[in-house]
Amino acid sequence: MGEGSILTLLGIAVVVVGFMARINPLAVILAAALVTGITGGLTLPETLAALGKAFNDNRYVSAVWLVLPVIGLLERSGLQERARALIGRIRAATAGRLLLIYLVFRQIGAAVGLKDIAGHPQMVRPLVAPMAEAAAENRLGPISERTRFRIRSHSAAVDNIGLFFGEDIFIAIASILLIKGFLEQNGIIVEPLQLSVWAIPTALAAFAIHGTRLLLLDRRLKRETAAEAALPDAAPEPAAPELAR
Amino acid sequence: MITIQWLYVLAGLVFGAFAVLSARDPANPKRLRNTGFWGLLSLSFLFGDLLGDLGNGLLVVALVVVGGIGGLGLGRPATTTPEQRREGSSRWGNKLFLCALTIPAVTLFGALVLKEIEFGGVPLLEPKQATLISLGMGVLVALAVTSALTRPPPLAPLQEGRRLIDTVGWAAILPQMLASLGAVFALAGVGEVIGGLAGDYLPLGTRLAAVVAYCLGMAMFTFIMGNAFAAFPVMTAAIGLPILIGRFGGDPAVVCAIGMLAGFCGTLTTPMAANFNVVPANLLELPDRHAPFNGVIRAQVPTAALVLLANMVLMFLLAFR
Repeated sequence: MGEGSILTLLGIAVVVVGFMARINPLAVILAAALVTGITGGLTLPETLAALGKAFNDNRYVSAVWLVLPVIGLLERSGLQERARALIGRIRAATAGRLLLIYLVFRQIGAAVGLKDIAGHPQMVRPLVAPMAEAAAENRLGPISERTRFRIRSHSAAVDNIGLFFGEDIFIAIASILLIKGFLEQNGIIVEPLQLSVWAIPTALAAFAIHGTRLLLLDRRLKRETAAEAALPDAAPEPAAPELAR
Repeated sequence: MITIQWLYVLAGLVFGAFAVLSARDPANPKRLRNTGFWGLLSLSFLFGDLLGDLGNGLLVVALVVVGGIGGLGLGRPATTTPEQRREGSSRWGNKLFLCALTIPAVTLFGALVLKEIEFGGVPLLEPKQATLISLGMGVLVALAVTSALTRPPPLAPLQEGRRLIDTVGWAAILPQMLASLGAVFALAGVGEVIGGLAGDYLPLGTRLAAVVAYCLGMAMFTFIMGNAFAAFPVMTAAIGLPILIGRFGGDPAVVCAIGMLAGFCGTLTTPMAANFNVVPANLLELPDRHAPFNGVIRAQVPTAALVLLANMVLMFLLAFR
């Protein structure tokens, strides 16, 4: 072991094919681990033992779910409603600016460990996307389907980008713990705080980049809507579908 | 000394409670699967060290069979109505944010202050796991503070936790599984093979080239795997550790922290990351939601490319001070 042949890459092929075939990821990962171990020269029990040992050693990755009872308790007491009220008070005039505010909220929230107070089902669909659409309509009048779906896509994208480039600033996030564990296996001891500090430069860069894009989005929406209004054939559809509620 | 074992026992008890409460939830048609899945996870946290390696491997297989094949159901624990929540929002106001902020506040306090405390040479917290232990304490303190404020029924925290863990479902162990797959990859030398290929085909002779290769490799491998967690151990074993840290003397914390974020740029572009890129397209009823590269991914690609570039520049400037 350790002197892997090109055959050991079969496990990666299993992952690619499995995901493309939309097989359950847990089953795909198990299959990939078994294929990798066996092509790497282990017996089936040896492979299972290696996987089991790694799973046991990595329990701390799943220990973060301990926060769920508290988050759930706060949700039941109206935390989400409170967050909505707070954001609703920020009168943003355009879709881009509204999404920019959400980017700030999402990035800072994730950075202090509150990555679970937002997300697509809880925040984007019920709140962020409709608010951004409404802001665009206030500013531009009726918008086309294409524009509406562009705004929705950007609403989902903001959530991901804010989360990804905020969460690693929090010291107890799974990816930071994974890095720590990996380095430890290789004889290098780092503290989570050392790692999370170095997530800050990228967080700032991502904010500058995506924030700029969001402000440019406003211009694009304006241009797009104006161009469509100039063409009678491509007139905006006032009866745009609301999100089914 | 408070060790990580205490946290594992706490997690084991919480998952055990999820299992028991799931079994008693008639609204969930797959409740016994849920009981089995959370029960097995509870077993892992409580007794993982006693099961032996093969025993743990069989436990993983059981988790995959129960949770992955056939899937889990959604429990319907009693919770509050939207009206009650709005009422709570105005009744407790911004104190709710304070309760939520207790977790990161206590975690930071533990990681920065409690970690330094010793009694007769014995540290209060297990040094290697001080952050996670502090997180556990943060959860307990936040639970106490929130309960004192809102006075919920005794089982409410566990029922609400179950409500949330059921929405996460089997994906709750996906990061841990991917980390384990990474360990098997490492054992089988996958990183060396990819590193060999990378070494054969990529020019790694200079610092700049190695930084570009590592960041690009993280993004591309994450694109294939759908998760930076799986790419990280492979690419870091192949390029990060031996070349950036070993040969060029890069700071491990900088290389790894930014390398992981380079991987996240790949996550933004791949349909394999279903949670982030496919689920919201469905939730928002986008017309192209079944396309491999839907509107959400297309909205993210320019940012992903530019942030990847920024990561390369930052790593080059910060890792070799």
